[in-house]
Amino acid sequence: MPFKYLEDIATADVAFEAWGRTLPEMFVAAADATMNAMVVDLETIEPKEVREVHLESESLDMLLFQMLQELIFYKDAERLLLRVACVEVHGGEGTCTLEAEMRGEEIDPGRHDLIVDVKAVTLHRYRVEETSGGWESTVILDI
Amino acid sequence: MATFKDFKRVSETVWEIPTAYKEGMRVPARIYATRKLMENMDEGVIDQVTNVATLPGIVGYSYCMPDGHWGYGFPIGGVAAMDFKTGVISPGGIGFDVNCGMRLVLTNLIYDEVKPQLRKLVDRLFARVPSGVGGSGFIDISQNEFRRVIEQGADWCIKNGYGWAEDLDRTEERGCIRGADASKVSKKAVERGFKQIGTLGSGNHYLEIQVVKPENVFDTRLAAAFGITQPNQVVVMFHCGSRGFGHQVATDYLQIFLKVMEKKYGIKILDRELACAPFLSPEGQDYFAAMKCAINMSFANRQVILHRVREVFSEVFNRDPVDLGMHQVYDVAHNTAKLEEHTIDGRQRQLLVHRKGATRAFGPGSSELPDIYRKTGQPVIVGGSMETGSYLLAGVEEGGQTFFSTAHGSGRTMSRHQAKRQFHGKKLLEDMEARGIYLRTASFSGLAEEAGPAYKDIDEVVLATEQAGISRRVARFIPIGNVKG
Repeated sequence: MPFKYLEDIATADVAFEAWGRTLPEMFVAAADATMNAMVVDLETIEPKEVREVHLESESLDMLLFQMLQELIFYKDAERLLLRVACVEVHGGEGTCTLEAEMRGEEIDPGRHDLIVDVKAVTLHRYRVEETSGGWESTVILDI
Repeated sequence: MATFKDFKRVSETVWEIPTAYKEGMRVPARIYATRKLMENMDEGVIDQVTNVATLPGIVGYSYCMPDGHWGYGFPIGGVAAMDFKTGVISPGGIGFDVNCGMRLVLTNLIYDEVKPQLRKLVDRLFARVPSGVGGSGFIDISQNEFRRVIEQGADWCIKNGYGWAEDLDRTEERGCIRGADASKVSKKAVERGFKQIGTLGSGNHYLEIQVVKPENVFDTRLAAAFGITQPNQVVVMFHCGSRGFGHQVATDYLQIFLKVMEKKYGIKILDRELACAPFLSPEGQDYFAAMKCAINMSFANRQVILHRVREVFSEVFNRDPVDLGMHQVYDVAHNTAKLEEHTIDGRQRQLLVHRKGATRAFGPGSSELPDIYRKTGQPVIVGGSMETGSYLLAGVEEGGQTFFSTAHGSGRTMSRHQAKRQFHGKKLLEDMEARGIYLRTASFSGLAEEAGPAYKDIDEVVLATEQAGISRRVARFIPIGNVKG
């Protein structure tokens, strides 16, 4: 999996690093890392429902922040566990945009082995960076 | 990196970090801890408590309580008071779970009476108080009605039959903080939270049945004043907050503040999670009014849960909850910012006191306290890990040194992943049952993360608060039944 959880920071919360060769790959990885903090096995989430998300931001890093926040929003508002099926990210002068298709299903405690609620994406040590091999992010989720 | 040995030891339990430690510190930082707790304090706490000391308008010291640990923005256990005219308000100084707090409820039952019914009680509480990821509650209301809930708080619950009028006297702010304005809250926040009234959530949130053993009463006079009068008396304690609604309010304003903080107000910060705005700015005031809605949601949430707890006890014992003596002791919050009057150098000042993972602990005589607790000082409920126990403390007169703030829990020391490697949820549940703690959980993985050794020694934490003179021990509670989020 293109993400790993970090142990030595923010004791009570969950920190992860996610990466990808391209920006969309890294966004998908970060979305899975967020969802995997709540559900043991992501493969148990069946793609029954679709939610389309369009987001705009002044910066790429806040675009990722907003996308992860959407996952958390749907988990509470519609009790949906979602994964990012495809995402397009357009960076530009002043405005960045994102179109994402999220697929998943309603929480079923009988089939989904749940862990903890993610309350929010924090900005403590938050980082989105282009590297020689692609893109990386570090995110701490409030638990 | 400096270690605690480099810091000035002001007293046995107070460690001071001078302004010279970090560029931009406006006040020194003070960490409250015994030597043992200080030796094991996260390095993140030192960094974060000194970052907070750089915020505009901070008064006195940037504090961290003995249960402090590495959070985001502020440390968990952080207390910072800002001058209301020149200071800022920061969502990172309150936490995403706005007004997360503890409620303690009495019964007149003793352990021997409850023990035969324990499984039934816990099973029913588990069924009736929803917990876990994305849990929704039993109160079916429209989004418009929810907007009334967030402006009226626990008052709304009493009007709708979920509780007793006296509960309001025994809740901070009487369960409804003034100035909550639902028009300052996003549609998204309402959509996220309107179905969640009466739910525990997950993580370290819980509902426990506990026992007060006679040897665990530290102050019989105060214990009696708080309703603890019998050996092995059974009480109910629970911990939860404003759920997805509060989390969204904080997230919304964090983003708003990031946009205006530097561009409009010229404020530079050391960690984006400390995003803030001048308290008296339009953005600061909007957040304050929206955050108060989240405070009220949390009071309503705990009020409805109390109602459910009374229903379950009443059904199981086939007695009226009044007859069972199910009076609430108090409801305290540990993630807030409140405008309060404090005396600084002999002068009364209006301060915005941020408490993030810290509990307000007004001493005897405070006009903010209800009549029943005016002489005793504020009851302070400190939740421990599910294996070890929790405490009831009282605010003290000397508490002014921390703007009348004290610890809120035992404080984590082990990461969630490490805990999951070290402990196994099902085994832990069996071990606890063998030790007389019957537990139901929405998640075995989540349970493993909350194992007792993942937390600091709560006895040491509360002892530190007593030695430092910021609160006094009244009683310690042992868990016998637990509903784990």
